[in-house]
Amino acid sequence: MKKKKFDFRAALRRSSVPLMFIIICAICIPLSGLSANMLANEIVTRMGRNAFLILSLLIPIMAGMGLNFGMTLGAMAGQIGLILASDWQIVGVPGMVLAMILSIPISVLLGLFCGKILNMAKGREMITSYIMSFFINGVYQLVVLYMMGSVIPIKHTSIKLPRGYGIRNTVSLLNMRQKLDNLIPFSVKLPFFGEIRIPLMTFIIIALMCLVIVWFRRTKLGQDMRAVGQDMEVARDAGINVERTRIVAIVISTVLAGFGMIIYLQNMGNIATYSSHSQIGMFCIAALLVGGASVDKASIGNVFLGVILFHLMFIVAPRAGAAITGDSMIGEYFRVFVSYAVITVALVMYETNKRRAKSAEGKKLAEAQKGEG
Amino acid sequence: MNNQQNTPLLEMRNISKDFFGNQVLSDINLTLNEGEVIGLVGENGAGKSTLMRILFGANMIRETGGYGGDVLLNGEKVNFSSPFDAIEAGIGMVHQEFSLIPGFTTTENILLNREPVRKNLIAEIFGDRMNTLKRSEMDERAANAIELMGVNVDRKMVISDMPVGHKQFTEIARELSKEQLKLLILDEPTAVLTEKEAEALLAAIKGMAQRGIAIVFITHRLQEILSVCDRVIVMRDGYVVSEKNASDTSVDEITKAMVGREVAKTDSAEGKNRSFDQAKTILSISHLWVDMPGETVRDVSLDVKEGEILGIGGLAGQGKLGIPNGVMGLYQAGGKVTFEGKDIPLNSPRRCLDSSFAFVSEDRRGVGLLLDETLEWNIAFPAMQIQNKFLKNYLGGLVKWRDEAAIKEVTDRYIDELAIKCTSSKQKARELSGGNQQKVCLAKAFALNPRLLFVSEPTRGIDVGAKALVLDALKKFNRENGVTVVIVSSELEELRQSCDRIAIVSGGKIAGILPAASSVEELGALMLSQVI
Amino acid sequence: MNEKTVKKEKSWFGRLVENFGLPRLIITLFLVLLLILAPIVGADLPTQITNIIARFSWNGVLVLAMVPMVHSGCGLNFGLPLGIISGLLGATLSIEFGFTGALSFVMAILIATPFALVFGSGYGWLLNKIKGGEMMIATYVGFSSVSLMCMMWLILPYKSPNMVWGMAGKGLRTTISLEGYYDKVLANFLKIKIGNFEIPTGTILFFALLALAMWAFLHTKTGTAMTAVGSNPTFARAAGINVDRIRLLSVVMSTWLAAVGILVYEQGFGFVQLYMAPFYMALPAVSAILIGGASVNKASIVNVVVGTILFQGIVTMTPTVMNNMIHMDMSEIIRIIASNGMILYALTRKTEGSK
Repeated sequence: MKKKKFDFRAALRRSSVPLMFIIICAICIPLSGLSANMLANEIVTRMGRNAFLILSLLIPIMAGMGLNFGMTLGAMAGQIGLILASDWQIVGVPGMVLAMILSIPISVLLGLFCGKILNMAKGREMITSYIMSFFINGVYQLVVLYMMGSVIPIKHTSIKLPRGYGIRNTVSLLNMRQKLDNLIPFSVKLPFFGEIRIPLMTFIIIALMCLVIVWFRRTKLGQDMRAVGQDMEVARDAGINVERTRIVAIVISTVLAGFGMIIYLQNMGNIATYSSHSQIGMFCIAALLVGGASVDKASIGNVFLGVILFHLMFIVAPRAGAAITGDSMIGEYFRVFVSYAVITVALVMYETNKRRAKSAEGKKLAEAQKGEG
Repeated sequence: MNNQQNTPLLEMRNISKDFFGNQVLSDINLTLNEGEVIGLVGENGAGKSTLMRILFGANMIRETGGYGGDVLLNGEKVNFSSPFDAIEAGIGMVHQEFSLIPGFTTTENILLNREPVRKNLIAEIFGDRMNTLKRSEMDERAANAIELMGVNVDRKMVISDMPVGHKQFTEIARELSKEQLKLLILDEPTAVLTEKEAEALLAAIKGMAQRGIAIVFITHRLQEILSVCDRVIVMRDGYVVSEKNASDTSVDEITKAMVGREVAKTDSAEGKNRSFDQAKTILSISHLWVDMPGETVRDVSLDVKEGEILGIGGLAGQGKLGIPNGVMGLYQAGGKVTFEGKDIPLNSPRRCLDSSFAFVSEDRRGVGLLLDETLEWNIAFPAMQIQNKFLKNYLGGLVKWRDEAAIKEVTDRYIDELAIKCTSSKQKARELSGGNQQKVCLAKAFALNPRLLFVSEPTRGIDVGAKALVLDALKKFNRENGVTVVIVSSELEELRQSCDRIAIVSGGKIAGILPAASSVEELGALMLSQVI
Repeated sequence: MNEKTVKKEKSWFGRLVENFGLPRLIITLFLVLLLILAPIVGADLPTQITNIIARFSWNGVLVLAMVPMVHSGCGLNFGLPLGIISGLLGATLSIEFGFTGALSFVMAILIATPFALVFGSGYGWLLNKIKGGEMMIATYVGFSSVSLMCMMWLILPYKSPNMVWGMAGKGLRTTISLEGYYDKVLANFLKIKIGNFEIPTGTILFFALLALAMWAFLHTKTGTAMTAVGSNPTFARAAGINVDRIRLLSVVMSTWLAAVGILVYEQGFGFVQLYMAPFYMALPAVSAILIGGASVNKASIVNVVVGTILFQGIVTMTPTVMNNMIHMDMSEIIRIIASNGMILYALTRKTEGSK
């Protein structure tokens, strides 16, 4: 890394996505007419809500498995934990902790399964984990819609469907709503932004998670994952158990995604039982990429920059769209489009970069001959 | 030397090995003492790599039925069940291909999967892999290993930013960092080094030997062998043919031992008196470079005469395979190629085929065949696509329909002619044996009726009977159809028997062109002349 | 097949599982079971079979659209929505221009064609730049284009009162009825009706025509080249084939077939569905062809027919049979698990030649 000449064009290419987003936001913010105070509050809230989930994506990237579209699996495990915790009427932060504990075995099982399958589909991990999220979604629905209340005891009718089994479309988490965020009430007054409420406890947890990830990178396992991510064959020759390392990466990611989902939902205050998880993977991945990450490289900095830029766009786009065209739906669709487009661009850039490295060799040879002759 | 003299560090007794009945090593005996450097030389396929794999406990040896004879380490018989056992016992090996993580620093690579760790509580619960790395100790150990080697390498540099030579040194340092290391195998370590780096490496080898590490040094650069080794062992066709002290031998003597064969065999080649000096030049290659990984062509100029069989020989990795692959446009290439007075653009297989070249690739399974399709498809496909053969035209040529009957007919003809063993012309190419697959590749090229045929390694990996058949088919094709043939092969003897002239490639350049009747020694000397 | 030489004695069942694939076998047996159960639990079998045939006729062309890209080694076309959008543009423009009845169907195809060619070329060009990562990028190209078009449906100056929101007078509706346009134009052509049993002959003929054309194409010189490119791209390149051009052609063909496929679907269904509707349309088509016996790099017309019948059979049969039997509608879940399980199975197979 060091002693390398600063390549301006490469740096520009790397940061093109964040730059593009800064421009979009710069145009949309004045158009949206939202106040600085409101924007700042929204961003802070969304940071608390999403950052943990996005952090869960970092480890599989480190292990060379690309963007873990299978983080949805963890989200489902988290939701099951929350449904059970709220049925047992454990409220507030203890309820969340219980939900997290319940989610761990489910996440681990799903992660093991996902990791095993991904090891069978090396080289196409992303599409496989993506289809995996659909597949497990089917299983999740089977459990939540048919087995809860019939096989798994559910006491409270408020979350049960009227027919006697299955969970309602929405499960209220009123007893848990923002309990973690507001555990330590805190707000700051800034000159330009005014008063901003800060979900301090959530931020502390996120900060701790960041420290854990930094620490994890320095462990033997972290080092092994980086090795496996860069070259599986070399790692195997050196005696690293490649398959196991990859499975562990996915399991960790799934467990963390489960925790992340619980933090996310406590902020939202309710679970959309059959849809909360389905889009979460896409939004998290898009946010991470907007922060300047790529398929094979992502840092904690990317997470936070991504959350800010992506959600800034998310907040202002509908209003800006409405201001321009008079139709608020345009902005809604625009932000969905941008999320997908960002992922598309990142995937394309990743694949073309792989090929660019190849053609450089030929040029070297031609030049070498010119030098001689 | 000390009292260890009586029990050598390593002793290999009567080692033999066959791959499914194909004897590749016979009765090899070898001893090696502490701090001794031996040079191991031989042509590609002489059995050097197999011997080293046996010593290193490679999986492929066991998977193919093990080996005969005994390996003794410090007088005790050993039988490694994996390379890790061999490493444990103090054997290190630096392979030709780098085994390095590109994004890691030198230090991280040297200590890959052997990092010193600092214990912590979490590791007690979740297992040892949760211990954190001790960076300072890693640095120290890497520094020690580098110092032991005697060549300075930047410990903090990332591998992908390094010159090739330093990658090689990193690999060696990794072996040296293993405390138990007693024996180090270096497989062509200087092949990728610049002259200066190679000198540094030779000095390092001497230094390591002085510290008591025994070294097996495999290389094609004979001068290097003579300058650092105590003894030189020459292998040929699976036998040790000569073992001498380095001080008692010379480059000439080693070359002779490497390539020399019984005199009776060398003269039997037929058609020696064909001369093509007067024939016109059909193909002219000038200043060709080809970026084919592992077979880089640097600057090749070569004329092929009409009607001849030209052989291109040379050691593996010197670029002989790059020539046909580059001319045919399968790898990125530059330079100038003229065929019958017309310039042929490079990097375009189609234009070559249109100009009536055909190419039988050395990579049968990767390039030569549609493994999952029938023999009919394999044989007829290029001719159909390039020359519109085996097609029925409908609607005034708008629809070009596959003519299954014609395809079957031509396939059956070649199955007959080349004696391809198969159940029917509808059999999948994957199901044939190597020799028969090679015949299918030839049939595919013959069906194109080319004016010039490139054949790359036509006999690689096929049995003796099929070898003769393939070579005869090529000769017949040349004699009867007047087709110019260029055979690229690592087997010098094969070239001498089939060709009119032989061009030897060394270091990505043509080292010389000799008549096929030339002695093996002459050709062998050329092969080694510019080796890099 | 290739294991022939090493294969030890195996039971007929073991061989069947190996050649046919366990998930495929389960799905087939499941459908057979449903067909047996249907009369027992009191469902009307002729109606059921009519449904299966009808749904087969709607979806057949969409599944057929998978074939060219699988043949050229581009993998499963998860970017099917791009072609569907071309079809939707054709449909809406045909209505906008005031064509009615059967003519509106013909015009829809004609108008959709240039869109399919342009979109398909761009898509194919992109896929040629990212060989090896086709499927994931195809998925997201599909998603991006669908969400881009969501904005377009609102912005584009459509005027036809049958299509735009009544109140605003602009912006297309999410669902547009095809009554008076090409609703059932193919299905009603030569329709056979015996009691509860119906065959939409025209639609099936139309599918058969396209399938025949595809079969014929694969027997031509270019079609042969396409198969070879998919089987071993290096071989094809060494044989002078312009691999990129063949791949591009396959993508354009696939996109065009998807465009036609959605029009056929609409004429059977009776409505044009806009906005997010094309979003997940690739997955049923992908799993249908896989259920039919295709793999990531091999597919035939037989796979298309068998797969569509099996897949649509399960989709139509499970709700009725399940409902009648246990009064639980688990069909949606069974569909999700079966179809995605099938795709997972195919992705984890070790297929040579394709990455």
